[in-house]
Amino acid sequence: MSVTVSRLTRRFGPVLALREVELGVRQGEFVALLGPSGSGKTTLLRILAGLDFADAGTVEIDGEDMSAVPARARNIGFVFQNYALFRHMTVFENVAFGLRVRPRATRPPGAEITRRVRRLLERMQIGELERRLPEQISGGQRQRVALARALATEPRLLLLDEPFGALDAEVRKGLRRWLRELHAELGLTSLFVTHDQEEALELADRVAVMQAGQVAQFDSPAALVAQPANAFVAGFLGHAARLPARLAGDALHFDPLPLPPLPRTALLRGVAVEGAVLAFIRAHEWDIAPAVAGEGNAVVRSCRPAGGHTHVELDLGGYVIEAEAAHGLLNYGQPCLLRPRAARVFPA
Amino acid sequence: MSIASPFRRRDALPGFGFSLGITLLWLSGIVLVPLLALLLRPLELGPLGFWHSVTEPRVLASLRLSFLGALAASAVNVPLGLLVAWVLVRYRFPGRRLLDGVVDLPFALPTAVAGLALTALYAPNGWLGAPLAALGVKVAYTPLGVALAMGFVGLPFVVRTVEPVLRDLPREAEEAASTLGATRVQTLWRVVLPALAPALLAGFAMASARAVGEYGSVIFIAGNMPMVSEIAPLLIVVRLEQFDYAGAAAVGLAMLALSFLLLLALNLANRLWRRA
Repeated sequence: MSVTVSRLTRRFGPVLALREVELGVRQGEFVALLGPSGSGKTTLLRILAGLDFADAGTVEIDGEDMSAVPARARNIGFVFQNYALFRHMTVFENVAFGLRVRPRATRPPGAEITRRVRRLLERMQIGELERRLPEQISGGQRQRVALARALATEPRLLLLDEPFGALDAEVRKGLRRWLRELHAELGLTSLFVTHDQEEALELADRVAVMQAGQVAQFDSPAALVAQPANAFVAGFLGHAARLPARLAGDALHFDPLPLPPLPRTALLRGVAVEGAVLAFIRAHEWDIAPAVAGEGNAVVRSCRPAGGHTHVELDLGGYVIEAEAAHGLLNYGQPCLLRPRAARVFPA
Repeated sequence: MSIASPFRRRDALPGFGFSLGITLLWLSGIVLVPLLALLLRPLELGPLGFWHSVTEPRVLASLRLSFLGALAASAVNVPLGLLVAWVLVRYRFPGRRLLDGVVDLPFALPTAVAGLALTALYAPNGWLGAPLAALGVKVAYTPLGVALAMGFVGLPFVVRTVEPVLRDLPREAEEAASTLGATRVQTLWRVVLPALAPALLAGFAMASARAVGEYGSVIFIAGNMPMVSEIAPLLIVVRLEQFDYAGAAAVGLAMLALSFLLLLALNLANRLWRRA
């Protein structure tokens, strides 16, 4: 199912939760809505599901305007952040709910419902839980039940609100991979809301980065990381240090920070303007060396091993800088010399 | 391994012995001893005398009126109380707090005042009584009037029992039902009501218990015609006024037994519901 959102606006009192949002999701895509809390991502998801209503703008699903279609007639699978399982029903009855409430003409016979629910529970690897109540199973299991329930009516569009938010790291990772496979296998079109950039970049075909009720950028993870559209996206993705700087002549100057200027040719995103800018520099874009004879400009605040390198946090004139260094090169409290190798700049 | 006894186990938050001691002392003094007296008093009549005393047609009629009236009033109070609780919890509107306070009035009002007000209102020449009488419906001085007064005192019990449960009911469950294709009616019937059922049952039980024992607000509107609109608590008073203490206690004991059976049945129903 394709989804087209145009000029969607939603107000909560004086607050604009969505400001003329534009978004086009293609059939079969796995899309993440990524943004800090309050950026409007959940509101957008709820409007897509028919659980909230826009003040202006339209939502089209497969070319059909949804404004007059109630939630129950949309056949969209929705997984809630806290799962919203029916507490008084067993796992089996939770999953069967969507089939049982169908009008008599389209309701499958009882045996068929049983068969379909069992198959779905097996597919979710929770077949043995069917007689349990939601309060008797773990968070990860509840998540699977919520997914099974949403998928039981065979929706072609699946919406997930912070699907992994309440789970611990290990369960999260397993479920992520599994969800990705499920999406591909069932030929779903999926949108999920998250504030975790790793999750968005890892799972999604395309990520819509939301900022204050607007889509700041909608692109593939690779493009987002390589070509952030504005300072907000650059700051939100990729753990970049954000430093005030000044473009003058053919170099980027960081004064009053004790950093050497960076030639314009080293800028990953050219800006024609002169004057005050914001510079974003990622952890791997620093040259770092122990200070020799008092010429250091930063102090190591913490070190931790991260795969093939050591992840270092440094104090540079009051700014916290994250950088990558070779193992064993630096120790806590050591003065060192920090020099940027590349940067992205945006108008301040 | 021995089974941990609440008497011996060490507890980081002590107080079990102390609180249980006070509880037992207080319960005995205020509940158990009076009830024991109620059990012993009718014995003066002897078993046969007791039986004759409580199977007098007038006593049976009053017990029937008290219990059936209470059940009928509570049966009406459950849906109405649910609606009031729903409005109070789910909607924000001007005057909501006022409405919230009004719900408790039957608690707070001296019951005799409520009785007088209801009687004035529903008497054949009252504001509501007159038009109803024109339609051929008599309220005051009939069993209908008795049930009405019982409904009046029972309503807050249903509202206040359902309200907190309703407030805790996550709205997402209803939203989930609608995304799964359920109509509003299906959602209420399959998702909301089952979740509220234990609270509704508890509210029903409390409202019934209160209505059975209600005296002040009922006797004015009842008219107290023996065999027609005389409630059991009034009959107790009538017997007391005739210095028939044992006979009064016999009616009291019958009421106690019936109330106990009623609460027990509701409790069992609740338990069955939870297991299903």
